[in-house]
Amino acid sequence: MEKMSRVTTALSGSALTGRTMHCHLDAPANAISVCRDAAQVVVAGRSIFKIYAIEEERFVEKLNLRVGRKPSLNLSCADVVWHQMDESLLATAATNGVVVTWNLGRPSRNKQDQLFTEHKRTVNKVCFHPTEAHVLLSGSQDGFMKCFDLRRKDSVSTFSGQSESVRDVQFSIRDYFTFASTFENGNVQLWDIRRPDRCERMFTAHNGPVFCCDWHPEDRGWLATGGRDKMVKVWDMTTHRAKEVHCVQTIASVARVKWRPECRHHLATCSMMVDHNIYVWDVRRPFVPAAMFEEHRDVTTGIAWRHPHDPSFLLSGSKDSTLCQHLFRDASQPVERANPEGLCYGLFGDLAFAAKESLVAVESGRKPYTGDRRHPIFFKKKVDPAAPFAGLASSALSVFEMEPGSGSMSWFVDTAERYALAGRPLAELCDHNAKVARELGRNQVAQTWTMLRIIYCSPGLVPGTNLSHSVGKGSSCGLPLMNSFNLKDVAPGLGSETRLDRSKGDTRSDTVLLDSSATLITNEDNEETEGSDVPADYLLCDVEGEDDELYLLDPEHTHSEEPEYVLPQEAFPLRHEIVDTPPGPEHLQDKADSPHVSGSEADAASLVPVDSSFSLISVSHALYDSRLPPDFFSALVCDMLRFYAEQGDVQMAVSVLVVLGERVRKDIDEQTQEHWYTSYIDLLQRFCLWNVSNQVVKLSTSRAISCLNQASTTLHVNCSHCKRPMSSRGWVCDRCHRCASMCAVCHHVVKGLFVWCQGCSHGGHLQHIMKWLEGSSHCPAGCGHLCEYS
Amino acid sequence: MAEGENEVRWDGLCSRDSTTRETALENIRQIIVRKTEYLRLVKETSYGPSEVLSNAVSLDGLNKLLAHLLMLSKRCPFKDVREKSEFILKSVQELGIRIPRPLGHGPSRFIPEKEILQVGSEDAQMHTLFADSFAALGRLDNITLVMVFHPQYLESFLKTQHYLLQMDGPLPLHYRHYIGIMAAARHQCSYLVNLHVNDFLHVGGDPKWLNGLENAPQKLQNLGELNKVLAHRPWLITKEHIEGLLKAEEHSWSLAELVHAVVLLTHYHSLASFTFGCGISPEIHCDGGHTFRPPSVSNYCICDITNGNHSVDEMQVNSAGNVSVSDSFFEVEALMEKMKQLQECRDEEEASQEEMASRFEIEKRESMFVFSSDDDEVTPARDVSRHFEDTSYGYKDFSRHGMHVPTFRVQDYCWEDHGYSLVNRLYPDVGQLIDEKFHIAYNLTYNTMAMHKDVDTSMLRRAIWNYIHCMFGIRYDDYDYGEINQLLDRSFKVYIKTVVCTPEKVTKRMYDSFWRQFKHSEKVHVNLLLIEARMQAELLYALRAITRYMT
Repeated sequence: MEKMSRVTTALSGSALTGRTMHCHLDAPANAISVCRDAAQVVVAGRSIFKIYAIEEERFVEKLNLRVGRKPSLNLSCADVVWHQMDESLLATAATNGVVVTWNLGRPSRNKQDQLFTEHKRTVNKVCFHPTEAHVLLSGSQDGFMKCFDLRRKDSVSTFSGQSESVRDVQFSIRDYFTFASTFENGNVQLWDIRRPDRCERMFTAHNGPVFCCDWHPEDRGWLATGGRDKMVKVWDMTTHRAKEVHCVQTIASVARVKWRPECRHHLATCSMMVDHNIYVWDVRRPFVPAAMFEEHRDVTTGIAWRHPHDPSFLLSGSKDSTLCQHLFRDASQPVERANPEGLCYGLFGDLAFAAKESLVAVESGRKPYTGDRRHPIFFKKKVDPAAPFAGLASSALSVFEMEPGSGSMSWFVDTAERYALAGRPLAELCDHNAKVARELGRNQVAQTWTMLRIIYCSPGLVPGTNLSHSVGKGSSCGLPLMNSFNLKDVAPGLGSETRLDRSKGDTRSDTVLLDSSATLITNEDNEETEGSDVPADYLLCDVEGEDDELYLLDPEHTHSEEPEYVLPQEAFPLRHEIVDTPPGPEHLQDKADSPHVSGSEADAASLVPVDSSFSLISVSHALYDSRLPPDFFSALVCDMLRFYAEQGDVQMAVSVLVVLGERVRKDIDEQTQEHWYTSYIDLLQRFCLWNVSNQVVKLSTSRAISCLNQASTTLHVNCSHCKRPMSSRGWVCDRCHRCASMCAVCHHVVKGLFVWCQGCSHGGHLQHIMKWLEGSSHCPAGCGHLCEYS
Repeated sequence: MAEGENEVRWDGLCSRDSTTRETALENIRQIIVRKTEYLRLVKETSYGPSEVLSNAVSLDGLNKLLAHLLMLSKRCPFKDVREKSEFILKSVQELGIRIPRPLGHGPSRFIPEKEILQVGSEDAQMHTLFADSFAALGRLDNITLVMVFHPQYLESFLKTQHYLLQMDGPLPLHYRHYIGIMAAARHQCSYLVNLHVNDFLHVGGDPKWLNGLENAPQKLQNLGELNKVLAHRPWLITKEHIEGLLKAEEHSWSLAELVHAVVLLTHYHSLASFTFGCGISPEIHCDGGHTFRPPSVSNYCICDITNGNHSVDEMQVNSAGNVSVSDSFFEVEALMEKMKQLQECRDEEEASQEEMASRFEIEKRESMFVFSSDDDEVTPARDVSRHFEDTSYGYKDFSRHGMHVPTFRVQDYCWEDHGYSLVNRLYPDVGQLIDEKFHIAYNLTYNTMAMHKDVDTSMLRRAIWNYIHCMFGIRYDDYDYGEINQLLDRSFKVYIKTVVCTPEKVTKRMYDSFWRQFKHSEKVHVNLLLIEARMQAELLYALRAITRYMT
């Protein structure tokens, strides 16, 4: 309430009016300062020192304080300040180290009042006491701060920062005796004006020079500092240790910082290099400036709020020789142009995503197409606590959570450990791996292994065994039988029972009916089969025969451009058509349900049918006495490998690659293979599966991979006697000329397995050492080391 | 004899692991033994001209190896390598092959070898520095050995140089070395050129470029002009120079690359100053650093002759004959006295504004006439001159020909506020490193002056620093240039001016004739101030031009 009344009294005389405007100066400005009445501004620079009146529409030059013909360095101003109590009093800091005061009340043309030449180096800053009329403070490059009483000819007291140059000094607005000073080495010091011997408090605020500081006009303990490290920091000085409460990261070194009147969290900054704009920041939102003034064409050197209780007028001087008045309502607001979006992964694979609400609405409308099974677990509209930004920065936050368990990789580890990749015939490897996959519940993978087995090793092997099995039906009849067993094992949900029945039914006559009906269908569907005089009972491999024939008879008609998963979609309806007419309705029931069941159960349901249909194709291929070489499938197998790799199951891709070896390698380009290998090896190593990873490296044929385990293969050995490194190859240490690898127990040279302690480098025959350490924990060599055997 | 197996790999020696070093040395030994044996075989059997030629080629190869080994035996920070190299050399000598011996008088021609730290007797801190330097470059150059008088500075120097040459940066490695060659060649500094030619080839640079700047890519050729102006008259750099480099279509530089190049150029210009200012001898393994001739009566070495220096004995006679010891003792006393006076009477006698301004002008003008009397033209060695064009372009005082160049005011554009921010923005981290280096060089003091202790030398250091900037037309508003006249006597000014502006003309006489009572370490300290001040001056002009281009 008190504040309010103060504001009104301050503004009551004449409410500030004006517009965004600028005027050209004759020379670059170094600093500006505003008169208490908010109607005049003083601009100072190396060769300019003028007072301008701020009128409604323009700046009017009122007084040129640079008088005299001879240029004097005393007038080359680094800083200028207008007394906030006395409208006729000004002070400047000169680059040659002189502090000058000016009295506008002097009748002569030369308004220069006093000259203090106590500083040895450039004075960077001058500051009047906010309430005391005669107290002036200066900070200089020579590391000293001096306090002057304008009634006396020289300084009252000198404060030594005990460090490098002083860049800024500022009296506290609330504490009568306190002032802050900032230094080139990054320190900020707090002083009591009555105690020049030592500072009250010192802390390192920035990395590199601290160019400026400003006390908060209302908040007693807050000090803002800006430095060359491109940061603005707000410190709370009321606590025991200065605490950083806010930090704003700008894009260039910060030359000036000024709190915005009447806005508790706002401050204005300008930069010394590269960046010409003036920014007003809300310190609570340190990433995007609240407002931005872009009028200047060169770096801004001085900023000042026009009136201590009016937040909308900002004055600035610049190296481009202009003086500007900025109106807050004309500022550009970067927030408006920003797209408030964020995306972040959590530790366990959760995904959070925030975006403008309008965008999110579109997103959710599109959801059906994305096919994402996971929906956001919560969906929150964020209400921003900062009232002024509420309209600007409302965003929606969605979080997608990983399905429980889906992050678990135990299947990966198990698979990696149990897969057999080499050392057995291909068929066995495939069977083994299929079994492993099946036991881990990965049916699709298991199916794939089975298929591979069939593709690459069935022709020579299988028909012979089945010949004896199904007499009178032709050698080929047995094959589907065998195959259906496989299928039953692999995908129990896929109606293998019926199939089994059917294959059993081969020998019976009633199923022939079914088969012949199937023939009918195929003939209807495909004219090309007409020419082939197939015996009815021969078609016991039912509908798939149709697909099969497409392959066989018309290979160029195989729709090679069609992805493989097109096939099952054909296979399903067809099979349904067939099973619609079987004599045993209960079988139908079984079969009709089962695909769906399996589809919902298995993780990769959509692919299971593919596999089954394929296996059947391959079967019939075998039936037609292997007219297709395995090469025919290599394109498909490669596609399949790529598919797995794409899905992230690089394990499968690499395993198949290793197992099949030369059969597919040539069809996949070297780089892709390398990429798979490295990814898989990397994964294995993350799970600490060193042995598997090494096996994979060993089995790989890519040179880049196999050389992986040829790096750092040197084992450095020290001689057990002299403890020096063994440099020469061989058994004898060339320093102490003794055999190095003696068994500490039996004192014979060890040839073969040698175990030694890494602590004392004694060792010997594995058996001997094991036996020894069962009885004693000390080293058998008697060196006193407590060896461990693990 | 396949070439591949005789490829000598020196990098193993840089390892900190003694075993690795030992294996590497063993390999080198075997190769040398093989080569030696081969040579002996050829010598005994062959007489045809073609064989003689190939013989000469392989002898040349062997000699290079031996020279490198000689360098290692003297300069490797690792004792084991030094010993083993010497052992190999000995064994080769026993086989009847001529082995080289070092020429000259240690790392510097100006400083007696016994004053300079011997490799092997360094303390732990220095050893780390040496090992770091050796690991990075595979050698311990003479510059390092001289700079180690001031280990604190050396550390920062090596760190910066390592970052500039080998760490992340916008320019490819071979460009960096080539720019180093260009910069050093501007001052005909064959020492630095030789070093960087080796490095340039080592990082895979195209040997063709070394035949002259016109064989290098257009992009580097464009840099030639900036190099020239920067080295000799940096105040003439304008934003047009910068624009010309940045907007050259397919040959244009990016801002970051340009800043990197500018930092490299200024670094090597000032390093050339140091090389001449301290009379750095050629590296042992480079040409002119060793000889295969047995020690003879002559005390001359090639480099001394080409540089216009005469034998050491003569110099000593000269300096001893001209001044008595007591004279030079008074020199120091007088200097101390003046410093004290300046400190005290500063407040009493207040110079007027005009006088202050004119003092700067006087100092500036005077610096023009300060020049060594023996101004004889030294023709650059053949192999260096091809790296730069326009040999006639040299340092010219900036207001000599009526051309008025406005004074550069530090208060308007200084390193701490402006230069640093720009460099750090375009070439991150380097700004910080250079800033540290400037700070260390400027603030380095042991509070000693010749035989006196506890002296505040800040005034003297500031005078030297500002004098150099004054020669480049950079003015400090808050400095009384009258101090320079009081503190720096004429022979010192001659030395400073020569080192900074025309380093190739520095002679041992100049080095000896200033500050005769001061220690060598203090003279090296002066050199550090000189090169850092020069680097900062050049940087300020170049960066100001870049800033102006950007705004």
